[in-house]
Amino acid sequence: MAYTLGIDIGSTTVKVVLLRDREPIFEKYERHYSAVREKTDEILQQAAPLLGGAPFKVAISGSAGLGLATEAGLPFVQEVYATSRVVEALEPDTSCVIELGGEDAKIIFFDGGIDERMNGTCAGGTGAFIDQMATLLDVDADELDRMSLEAKRIYPIASRCGVFAKTDIQPLLNQGASKNDVAMSIYKAVVNQTIAGLAQGKKIRGKVLFLGGPLYYCKGLRKCFAETLGLDEEHAVFPSFARFSVAMGAAIYSENVDGEYTIDDILSRIRTAKAVQTAELLEPLFSGAEEYGYFRARHQKNSVKRGDIASYTGDAYLGIDCGSTTTKLALISSDKELLYTYYASNKGDPVEIVREQLEKIYCECGDRIKIKGSAVTGYGEELIKNAFNIDFGMVETIAHFTAAKFFMPDVNFILDIGGQDIKCFRIKNGAIDSIMLNEACSSGCGSFLETFAKSLGCSIEEFATRGLFAKRPVDLGSRCTVFMNSSVKQAQKDGATLEDISAGLSISVVKNALYKVIRVASAEELGKNVVVQGGTFYNDAVLRAFEKELGTEVVRPDIAGLMGAFGAALYSMRAAKSTIISPADLKNFTHTAKATVCKGCTNNCSLTVNTFADGRKFISGNRCEKGAGIKSSGEKLPNLHEQKRNMLAEFGDVNGTRGETVGLPLSLGMFELLPLWHTFFKEMGFSVKVSKMSTRRTYEKGQFSIPSDTACYPAKIMHGHIAELLEDKVDAIFYPCLTYNVDEHLSDNHYNCPVVAYYSELLSGNVEELSSIKFLYPYLNINDQKELAAELYTFLRTKFEGIKKRDVNRAVKAAFAAYEKFEQGVRDAGVAAVKYAREHGKKIMILAGRPYHIDSEIGHGIDALANSFGFVVVSEDSVYHLAKMRPVGVLNQWTYHSRLYGASFFASENKDVQLVQLVSFGCGVDAITTDEVRAILEKNSKLYTQIKIDEIAGLGAVKIRLRSLIGAIEEKE
Amino acid sequence: MTEKNYVPFTEEMISEYTILAPNMLPIHFNIILQFMRDKGYKVDLLTEDGPEVAQTGLKYVHNDTCYPAILVIGQFMRAIESGKYDPHKVALIYFQTGGGCRASNYIFLLRKALAKAGYDYVPVISISFDGLEKHPGFKINIPTWYKLLYGIMYADLIMALTEQVKPYEKNKGDAAALANKLSLEVAEHMRGGVGGKRTDEMMREIVKRFTKIEQDRSVKKPRVGIVGEIYVKFSPLGNNNLGDFLVENGAEVVLPGLMNFMLYCVYNKVEDYELYHRGNWIVYKAVKFAFKFLLSKQAKMAELIEESGMFRSSESFDEVVKIAEKCIGRGCKMGEGWLLPAEMLSLAEHGTPNIVCTQPFGCLPNHICGKGMMRPIKEHYPHANIIAVDYDASASRVNQENRIKLMLANAKVVEEAK
Repeated sequence: MAYTLGIDIGSTTVKVVLLRDREPIFEKYERHYSAVREKTDEILQQAAPLLGGAPFKVAISGSAGLGLATEAGLPFVQEVYATSRVVEALEPDTSCVIELGGEDAKIIFFDGGIDERMNGTCAGGTGAFIDQMATLLDVDADELDRMSLEAKRIYPIASRCGVFAKTDIQPLLNQGASKNDVAMSIYKAVVNQTIAGLAQGKKIRGKVLFLGGPLYYCKGLRKCFAETLGLDEEHAVFPSFARFSVAMGAAIYSENVDGEYTIDDILSRIRTAKAVQTAELLEPLFSGAEEYGYFRARHQKNSVKRGDIASYTGDAYLGIDCGSTTTKLALISSDKELLYTYYASNKGDPVEIVREQLEKIYCECGDRIKIKGSAVTGYGEELIKNAFNIDFGMVETIAHFTAAKFFMPDVNFILDIGGQDIKCFRIKNGAIDSIMLNEACSSGCGSFLETFAKSLGCSIEEFATRGLFAKRPVDLGSRCTVFMNSSVKQAQKDGATLEDISAGLSISVVKNALYKVIRVASAEELGKNVVVQGGTFYNDAVLRAFEKELGTEVVRPDIAGLMGAFGAALYSMRAAKSTIISPADLKNFTHTAKATVCKGCTNNCSLTVNTFADGRKFISGNRCEKGAGIKSSGEKLPNLHEQKRNMLAEFGDVNGTRGETVGLPLSLGMFELLPLWHTFFKEMGFSVKVSKMSTRRTYEKGQFSIPSDTACYPAKIMHGHIAELLEDKVDAIFYPCLTYNVDEHLSDNHYNCPVVAYYSELLSGNVEELSSIKFLYPYLNINDQKELAAELYTFLRTKFEGIKKRDVNRAVKAAFAAYEKFEQGVRDAGVAAVKYAREHGKKIMILAGRPYHIDSEIGHGIDALANSFGFVVVSEDSVYHLAKMRPVGVLNQWTYHSRLYGASFFASENKDVQLVQLVSFGCGVDAITTDEVRAILEKNSKLYTQIKIDEIAGLGAVKIRLRSLIGAIEEKE
Repeated sequence: MTEKNYVPFTEEMISEYTILAPNMLPIHFNIILQFMRDKGYKVDLLTEDGPEVAQTGLKYVHNDTCYPAILVIGQFMRAIESGKYDPHKVALIYFQTGGGCRASNYIFLLRKALAKAGYDYVPVISISFDGLEKHPGFKINIPTWYKLLYGIMYADLIMALTEQVKPYEKNKGDAAALANKLSLEVAEHMRGGVGGKRTDEMMREIVKRFTKIEQDRSVKKPRVGIVGEIYVKFSPLGNNNLGDFLVENGAEVVLPGLMNFMLYCVYNKVEDYELYHRGNWIVYKAVKFAFKFLLSKQAKMAELIEESGMFRSSESFDEVVKIAEKCIGRGCKMGEGWLLPAEMLSLAEHGTPNIVCTQPFGCLPNHICGKGMMRPIKEHYPHANIIAVDYDASASRVNQENRIKLMLANAKVVEEAK
């Protein structure tokens, strides 16, 4: 009898399998809560009696197993490799394996040579991601699965990483979308992520084996995979060993490894193995209990007076902060004493929470206390305001500023770290001078700590407390949460304690806020009077880390987590009489939410229709008034993004005399040069087919062939445009390689970015079907008409019959004329829009980015949203010529960027012009432009607003940014 | 236009100022810096590699900027603030490639960081083929370039042989020690001139010295090529000591040399003229001549390596240029551009199908030239076993090493399949 033992230690679980002649006689699957060695030890002891001292072979696998194997001197096998071995042994006719683990996702193709792929460093569609999402919905993973099976519709959720998905999910929940639907949408996101991130152009077909814990447990996920891949039961196989595949593979692999062990031998090796510390360590937060005592005492001074709701008689004011993950309420007396507070998770149903609380407050108030004013702020502001007839809705920034001033009248910097947002404001001359909000990719703050605490098996309070006296906090980096996850994994491997990890995470949150969001280099930049707030700062470890990192003392109010609500309550004191729902009406209050899709325009917004007891409706999820069911006020404000889309639409499909059709993908650089290429091919007698403006569907169509999951969304969506043109059976697709863009003589050079310039090279290599048509991507010089004509002539002659030099020359000439006309048209429209705004007293917003940001899917309808806030919207390429170009502090060598800088100068010179920069996630060059645009604007005391856009469809975060901007402008005025 | 108002490095500064240079390639920089010292400059190579380097970088540069910029700027800032130098008596030097990649902005990001920390008076010297800036106290003329190129060639030779000996040396550290010793000897030797027989002799001597290291070459180890963005490809600080990790895990590292990158830059100048009519005819001709000259030198070096009977020479650049055609147009020239897939193809073609393709997280050209080319490369070489690894201030080592381990496990399978 031959025994083999396979140990698979992943990021969250330990799996152990003992085989006797390849038959499993022992299997164990348990979470290790980062106590890797202890858990492994414990399981092995359980297996010991079965072996009775017999020798066996062994191999360890898994991401957390690597360190242990090395340190204990035991054989190690890489997990994907192990999986391949088990599949070859047990299911040899498999074509493809999809395996999801705690934090890894893998695909192995078996047809035509083994091809193994793992997710890169930036991917979140895995077990840990599902856990995080379940936490967000306040259910456990089993419940999430059960709910998903009841789903009726699927919402688009960004699948790139957990943080992004959260940004999509939170507004859905706040707007009342069904949890069942959200649950299934989460699974769909995981499926999309796996396919887009890993298949990379290779078709998943044949017999597909699904392995790993999540795919073993989650039935909804299985269903979603099978449906998306179009697999029937015969081809989608969910084997019983799915959870143990790696452990079994390790056991099978061990057959060929030299050396036998006994269980005692293994146990002693694991127990005595010396942990090699590779993670970097940081200084402890506190030297001891005494120092902590002083710290506590100092911060306790910043307290607000409490009143007694049971005895108080008089007027009161109510503030509600309906945040992304929590709902907060504060009731204050006319002397600003705190009478009642509430702070708890909104459990995905804020309306019900607020109703409950109001009921409770009314009950406590009786006839003694009269609510004279009320205000609501936060993500759910509109919904709550409508549901309960709250007097004021206000932007969070203003609410927080109001509250901070209460504690420190001369405050000059406020940092608020909430469940999902980091907000920072600099105050100058009593007004908000600049606002910094975290980008979607670094949102990992409060809720991240909480999810992490849970995954390590303790409450956030306990987690925080244990971190206070950590001896050696681990350095976990300061990028996004996905990276932190990996860093924690590494720390665990190194044997870091929960205390060290807790302290390390607190330090990471602080560094993230300081260096990534605020972008400071030293404490002086923040000024002397700093107020920190937000629920996350209740965590003394975070507070301490912040003070330590900055080397300065700050004020943390004792109601740090209630500041939004408190600020709203203070603000509502300006009301004379409140419209808030009466106690009688509250008794009959009902609320139902129904999801639907707006048919108003091509944006196809996912709407949630909330209906209240009195028949009133509130619609959320809309980008414009149309969706909200409101008749337009009649005034249509100029919107250059829309105008440009209309202008491009004029270059539609044409039938030519030649018979061959050339397809032009309306994506990336084509947004700039469509008039040129369209005219050229039309003049040459070709039929021209232009792909349609993108939708979410476009992206999904092309996601199978994307090789780099960290490329920007505009690049990824290109794959969909190619797929659509291929569906249309065009004879050729044209997207040239243009190292240099059009020279507008504004910059030192006029490059395209590498992605815009060379994306065709990537398409050619990764979109299989392109080989069946003529894919034309010559390297061209578009800054010299003669030269271009010559190049095009030489090139096209090799591809088509009857290309004449004379025709090419004429077509190129016409093409440039069309392009120049188009560009002039854009600039004229920009001037007209500015004129309109000035004549009608409207504010102007430059929604600045790249030409392709006007795409309705990429821009997510932010232009319409800005319009609805009363702005005249212009694009960067319609106004950059209105200001004098000045030198900038960075190398100005990209055509699109120079326009951006030009537009920034225009905004900084004009009081009525604001600039909002649209930045694609993953855009490397924008790491350079954003700082520079900010500098140009701030030099002239202008507010800088940045919106990071990706697949995220929900506009909640965008609305807050735009409204903060508006709030700050008003405040300034 | 870009702000032209930078602090120049003046002639007076030569004797008074210490020029700080970031380390990327220890052997190469040792030789080059010695050469600079001979010209009267005071130069210090920055070798600090602790975690504070990245942490400091993150403080001063936008966190989404590429990792090399964060490290290099971190190293500079640490050095200036170390107290070891008088900030009023230091200058910084950095090599800039120029082009459409954001890396061309490093110098400006560095200046911004300096300004942010209150050191806006520190001169930053940028060396580039494009001659983007002028510094009266720091001019590189043709003879200097000529010598520099020889220095690079020597260093490439030493580096290539070190990698070929490392996995087989009987006494661990022998190869590295010899490399260090030779880099000093070469610097000394270059004082007496370069070119012709003199250089051939020195190169022959270098090869000979490596053959003399005690080695056990009885068990053949799988060869793993390292390609990628130039900084993370070469710098142990940038790639978490990737080379050592591979050797420890039983592999032999193949590291295409810096000369390839230089030749690539020169080649692009030629292409730029031919494709986009940029630059003038005289420069074009000169560059074309330089290109031919460098090729001939590379060929000579290959010949000397092969003479040893023990070591492999690397593929000639001519061939690398040609093989690119299988996958990509040579107009693709931002970042490492077409050179990257070309090196991968060339490695696969010449018995090194196992490759780690390194890049900073979010590297734009590598979406196309790295990750975007894996599929087509595998079409040409089905046994190609390539893994892309992203490097970043916060990317975890476990994650990276686990993926590299997978590549190594597969390398053994590939080996057995042969």
